[in-house]
Amino acid sequence: MSKIIQVGMAEFKLAKSPDKLMTAGLGSCIGICIFDKAIKLGSLTHIMLPSSAQARNPQNAAKFADTGIELALNEMGKNGAVQSRLLVKIAGGAQMFKFSGESDIMKIGERNAMAVEETLQKFKLKIIAADTGGNYGRTITFDPESGDLLVRTIGHGERTI
Amino acid sequence: MVFDFSELSGLELDALREIGNIGAGNAATALAQMLGAKIDMSVPKVSILPFAEVPELIGGADSHVVGLYLNASGSAPANILFILPINKACYLVDMLMSRPLGETQPDNFNDMQLSALMELGNIITATYLNALAMFTNLDFRPSVPALGIDMAGAILDAVLAIFGAVADHVLVLETEFTKDEEDIVGHFFLLPEPGSLDTILSSLGVSIG
Repeated sequence: MSKIIQVGMAEFKLAKSPDKLMTAGLGSCIGICIFDKAIKLGSLTHIMLPSSAQARNPQNAAKFADTGIELALNEMGKNGAVQSRLLVKIAGGAQMFKFSGESDIMKIGERNAMAVEETLQKFKLKIIAADTGGNYGRTITFDPESGDLLVRTIGHGERTI
Repeated sequence: MVFDFSELSGLELDALREIGNIGAGNAATALAQMLGAKIDMSVPKVSILPFAEVPELIGGADSHVVGLYLNASGSAPANILFILPINKACYLVDMLMSRPLGETQPDNFNDMQLSALMELGNIITATYLNALAMFTNLDFRPSVPALGIDMAGAILDAVLAIFGAVADHVLVLETEFTKDEEDIVGHFFLLPEPGSLDTILSSLGVSIG
């Protein structure tokens, strides 16, 4: 029996095929799927913020792009993944509210996406597919078996990347 | 400074509930006047929740909702979020525009309907904030409200990101508006920024241990 493992805001989960990983309602947050196809192991980190550096309270590693990716790599490694085989797909990073304020939180999605890319680059990991930006939410389901990432939206279609 | 919301005393929680009561009471009256209908409200609930559980309050991260958000700056910065299920939002628009219920459909909001929703949110949130300001004697300067129509989780996370840098939990003051007894119209959230809680509580003369 395969399970669909739910990943909440600021959470990290691992899954082995035939299980799948899902996170619902990504707005400015980003879902980072890192997977090792050879052993059919995948992980999903639902990050909220770009960097733990400005945080007063950085205990929860999965909340930030920098520490979240590090956490995922460590946990993947402990479960037999090989770093050179790892591939990455990401989704989210939208700008949810439309108004003309110049407040920082309005650009948080964009800043999240940039931080994810930078951190992945630091670990020499490649993003092979991304569905980020826009002004709409995304619900994503990741299948570690095929590496398929299903992105569902309200009014902006459904796609597999 | 209260860093850990779980240290709040019973008295402090009561004071917060009272704030919710007064703010939402005024907002419910404003809503009733606009709609020409009777609007009831629940006793406010104060919850301290981890981020991951907040979307559950409004039917799950996946549910299709309309969210109106505004940020109030001043001596006690806070965030206000009014969230209602999409089908209820459609009804409200129909009622506001005096049209038969069911005419507005979730997938085809036009500018006129969006602006009706915006106006509705404007009045409700401004009323809430005014009541809060009168009650606490603090000054709250509201931002222009922002409107989002999408998944509940997606709307919430942009707002929760403000708290993410300093906390893993959020204090939610929640009131439900109902019309004709069972119909849940919407949820009203007041999310004080972490440092603001002290300011609000001391303005009410509730000391913090």
